[in-house]
Amino acid sequence: MAIGNSDDPRLLRLSPQDNVVVLIQSVSQGECLSLNGQDLVMAADMGLGHKLALQSLAVGDTVIKYGAPIGSITQPVAAGEHVHNHNLKSDYIANYSEDDPYEADLKVEPAS
Amino acid sequence: MINGYLRADGRKGIRNVIVVAYLVECGHHVAREIAQPFRDQGVHVIGFPGCFPNAYAERMMRSLTTHPNVGGALLISLGCESFNGRDLKAHITESGRPGELMIIQRDGGTRSTIEAGRAWIEQTLADLGNTPRADIKPAELVIGTICGGSDATSGLAANPAMGRAFDMLVDLGATCIFEETGELIGCEGYMAERAVTPELGQAIIDSVAKAHRHYHTLGHASISPGNAEGGLTTIEEKSMGAYAKSGAAPISGLLKPGDQPPGGGLYLLDMVPDGDVRFGFPSINDTEEVGELIACGAHVVLFSTGRGSVVGSAISPVIKVCGNPETFARLWDDMDIDAGRILEGEATLDEVGEEIRNMVLAVAQGTETNSEALGHQEFCMKYKRFEPIGPECLPV
Repeated sequence: MAIGNSDDPRLLRLSPQDNVVVLIQSVSQGECLSLNGQDLVMAADMGLGHKLALQSLAVGDTVIKYGAPIGSITQPVAAGEHVHNHNLKSDYIANYSEDDPYEADLKVEPAS
Repeated sequence: MINGYLRADGRKGIRNVIVVAYLVECGHHVAREIAQPFRDQGVHVIGFPGCFPNAYAERMMRSLTTHPNVGGALLISLGCESFNGRDLKAHITESGRPGELMIIQRDGGTRSTIEAGRAWIEQTLADLGNTPRADIKPAELVIGTICGGSDATSGLAANPAMGRAFDMLVDLGATCIFEETGELIGCEGYMAERAVTPELGQAIIDSVAKAHRHYHTLGHASISPGNAEGGLTTIEEKSMGAYAKSGAAPISGLLKPGDQPPGGGLYLLDMVPDGDVRFGFPSINDTEEVGELIACGAHVVLFSTGRGSVVGSAISPVIKVCGNPETFARLWDDMDIDAGRILEGEATLDEVGEEIRNMVLAVAQGTETNSEALGHQEFCMKYKRFEPIGPECLPV
């Protein structure tokens, strides 16, 4: 599994086929990243491990990470946008649901 | 060369543990009290809480009480549970290990059973001091791997580094076991291509389909709130990260809990019960899975974490590999390997993989892991049901 850095050392592209990159450091709102040679100003704080779209993605597009399909897009995504539960769904079984009745009991403080 | 403990049945261990095993929850307190004064002398408590009969639990207990790291076993029965303590004691003594069965209802209740149990432990500890030693080659080691408290760093740093370590250990002839088919949903095609025969490949695909059915019936994926907050969205994504810990070696076989791998190489452990969904989630926590790896003979378990699991285990040492630099900074004295250095650009996957392999060999030679030093001896077993594996699962 080839690991290569994108043009910003805070972002990791795990495989050449991937259409998302992964944050390998936490970043703050207003911080500027470089993605595909374009400046990207973060709209919100975001933790290590979260994914950003490397290109615009349409509903039904397959998201590729590790060179493998990890699910389908459910809302149009612009390049640089956060890719997570709000716009990506599993093609196998349900994502972790925020409507889960046990959610309040399970809530974990985000790593900071 | 590793200086291990030679058992009468010919197996070789890297620790010299006595287990006190309760055969129903009603014996748990007595078992814990018997072991308590000896907790720093390698006396560990395991057990099965259920009162109703279960073939899986009896098989697991036979594997665990005669594990290579175990030198003797004391069984604690209440007296009216279904578990067949006499058969288990016979299995232990036939393996050449000291074994005893104490029955609380027969032996005079809590106080007298605790006294008798402690006396038995004292005597057995003294006897185990004379256990013959034997060299263990790396090719004789069995190593399990699991991930728990995962976040996106598990799949980026810790698991790929453990995968490199697995490749190096398989090259030394060791037996390596990875598991949790429910966390490999979406990777079954990739795995099948690595199987040593097409029939084994199909068995792997079927085992993942079974896991998928099981989780689907229960209405839950193996994705937790902590996973989601760490940036993991889908089961396929988490699966690819979990899959990375298997390395790149061919897959030699498919095991179920309690099966002993027949020789060196890489094996997949299928821990999802067979048949209809009966007893709830396939595994209720990481500790249950660690126990199943150990029941397959694992001398040592590699445990990758991102959010920061602190568990160890009864019977076999657990090496914690932390992929998240922020977690490592907070929980450093629980973690054995800092794989987050990969994300900080301070180490490569190969360098950390080598560090993990060297740590496995050092722990086999007697070095304590952090969870051992902190006294972690977790154990958990619940009801499951399995059919025996078919010949296609162990083709070599």
